[in-house]
Amino acid sequence: MVESKHKWKAWLYLAPAIILLLIFTVWPIINTLHMSVQEGFNQAQANIGVTFDYGFGNFQNVIEYDYFKDCLFNTILLCVLTVPISTILALVIAVCLNSIGPLSRFLQTIYFLPYVTNSIAIGMVFAAMFNMVGNNFGNENELVITAGIINNVIEFFGGDPINWINAGSSYWANITVMVVYIVWNALPFKILILLGGLQSVNKQYYDAAKVDGTSRFRVFSKITVPLLSPMIAYVVITGFIGGFKEYSSIVGIFGEKMGPTGDARRLNTMVGFIYDAIDTQQGRASAAALILFGIIFVVTLINLAVSKKKTHY
Amino acid sequence: MKIVLQNLTKIFPSRNKKVKDEVVAVSDFTFTIPDGKLIGLLGPSGCGKSTTLYMISGLQKPSGGKIFFGDDDVTELSAENRGVGLVFQNYALYPHMTVKQNILFPLQNLKGADKLPKEEMIERAYTAAKLVQIDNLMDRKPSELSGGQQQRVAIARALVKMPKVLLLDEPLSNLDARLRLQTREEIRRIQKETGITTIFVTHDQEEAMSISDLIVVMKLGVVQQIGAPQEVYDDPTNLFVAKFLGTPPINVFEGKVEGEKLYIGDAAVLDVPGVSDQPVTVGIRPEGFNLDPNGAFVCKLQNVEVMGRDVSIVSTNEASLNPVVRSIINADNKVEASETVTFSLKPHKVFLFSKEDESRIYF
Repeated sequence: MVESKHKWKAWLYLAPAIILLLIFTVWPIINTLHMSVQEGFNQAQANIGVTFDYGFGNFQNVIEYDYFKDCLFNTILLCVLTVPISTILALVIAVCLNSIGPLSRFLQTIYFLPYVTNSIAIGMVFAAMFNMVGNNFGNENELVITAGIINNVIEFFGGDPINWINAGSSYWANITVMVVYIVWNALPFKILILLGGLQSVNKQYYDAAKVDGTSRFRVFSKITVPLLSPMIAYVVITGFIGGFKEYSSIVGIFGEKMGPTGDARRLNTMVGFIYDAIDTQQGRASAAALILFGIIFVVTLINLAVSKKKTHY
Repeated sequence: MKIVLQNLTKIFPSRNKKVKDEVVAVSDFTFTIPDGKLIGLLGPSGCGKSTTLYMISGLQKPSGGKIFFGDDDVTELSAENRGVGLVFQNYALYPHMTVKQNILFPLQNLKGADKLPKEEMIERAYTAAKLVQIDNLMDRKPSELSGGQQQRVAIARALVKMPKVLLLDEPLSNLDARLRLQTREEIRRIQKETGITTIFVTHDQEEAMSISDLIVVMKLGVVQQIGAPQEVYDDPTNLFVAKFLGTPPINVFEGKVEGEKLYIGDAAVLDVPGVSDQPVTVGIRPEGFNLDPNGAFVCKLQNVEVMGRDVSIVSTNEASLNPVVRSIINADNKVEASETVTFSLKPHKVFLFSKEDESRIYF
């Protein structure tokens, strides 16, 4: 314990962090709460002295707004698809990386590259990879040139090019691209965490399993996964939290129009919805932000409850 | 099942390719382990005893030589297919499984024709658990057990698939002194009851002596002596073995042989017929001394420790290579408080070793 006469020193040393947190975290949260409960709150009008009635109209407004439901659906869909896929892939890759000797360092670096690369830049590269030039939907005689490497590969194997992200592309083609991109982008962090976990597992468990004639699959499912379960729980929970905040990856591929040309805003997410409202309708944006917080909170609680049953610390 | 080790050798290559400093962990080990016996592999740390055990288990590949289980050459067989039971030093119990799940685990691995119905698996798990007396702990997790209980679970897990060979790596080193005594008796009992050929590794000579049918003393990868514990104790082949076995340890002196008489210091203490004149290292077991006023071996008395049954006399002698000379005599003898103490020696408790290579000189 700090002696009481030294307490002021402790506070002094903590002060810079506390002041910054108060200004940039605590105050905005309070402000958000305050704005969300003022009907149709608008900062510009508030600045010239307009007052707003208190009530929960903003929340009702957001929930009843169909476009918000679309955004919520996009967000949940991407979460539900990408978190399990990326976690399972990361687990498999981590186990493989851990079991190979000589090249493992080199491959670790390669798998880690997306983590240190700007996600907008990755998005642009992905957009180029999935790109398609020409019009696939005109008349038969029109020349179709596909420039994206993905379509080149598909054509090489004799398939028809798919319109992934350009004008006229289908919603599910867009979602597929987003899932590939988000999974790829999420892998390095998960691999890093799981590989770290694997390397701290006592090798004797594997020796014991070997002496007992355990098959590879059983070693993986009965020993590796349970022993890694705390790390798996961690990457799943942080994955869901990150997934609900999805925004920049869509901007990376589709730009700020949040959808292919002609179908702008089709892939918008919750965070995107908040950003859209933030300039003119701060009341609505605040309400949406709090709803997003509530969803993340509930999902995390569910995650924790499940992991409590399934993890072995 | 008997186990035959034929010129078994393990060399660990040097890490650094430029500097050649490979380690010979086990060198040219040839030995036939008779069926149904308990064998103690004994030696100081780094002597290659654990490496030998792991080669028998299949977890490490020998660099040379062969291993036979019965008449089958298993040298190239991987650990999964050898069907040995192995108990690790730290037990390696799966922390996320209950005791029952841990014991069942090897049975659930069985495939094809060996696959057992569920009831039989559970029955066998309980049989193994009863054998090591942990059948009341089946639903606990390893972290809820004491060290001794974990040890028993590990043994049960190794025994449940009824292996032909049971290997134990330092099975008692993580237990406290009292539990160690108890558990080593237990291991002996279980081995007798099951009749499984058992090999265990230890650095504790008392442990090895007390329960083994045969002990193998190793030093720096080379087998020094193999034999029944009493035999090795009574008839060590070299100074290392003589020093390694026995508590309290053997007393070692500088000596010389002249005219078939053994001199320690200036005193001729023993007749050694047939030994040529040479300087020697003399080993005398603590029980090799007789209190004898007419004896030739004189030491300065330092201390007398009464232990009830015996008396331990601590004295010093200039020729001694140990700090003190420790002799144990029957408590019927009265030790007078005086400056010196005089002994005669029991010839069969005195060993002579060559100064050059520490090998035994028989007389």
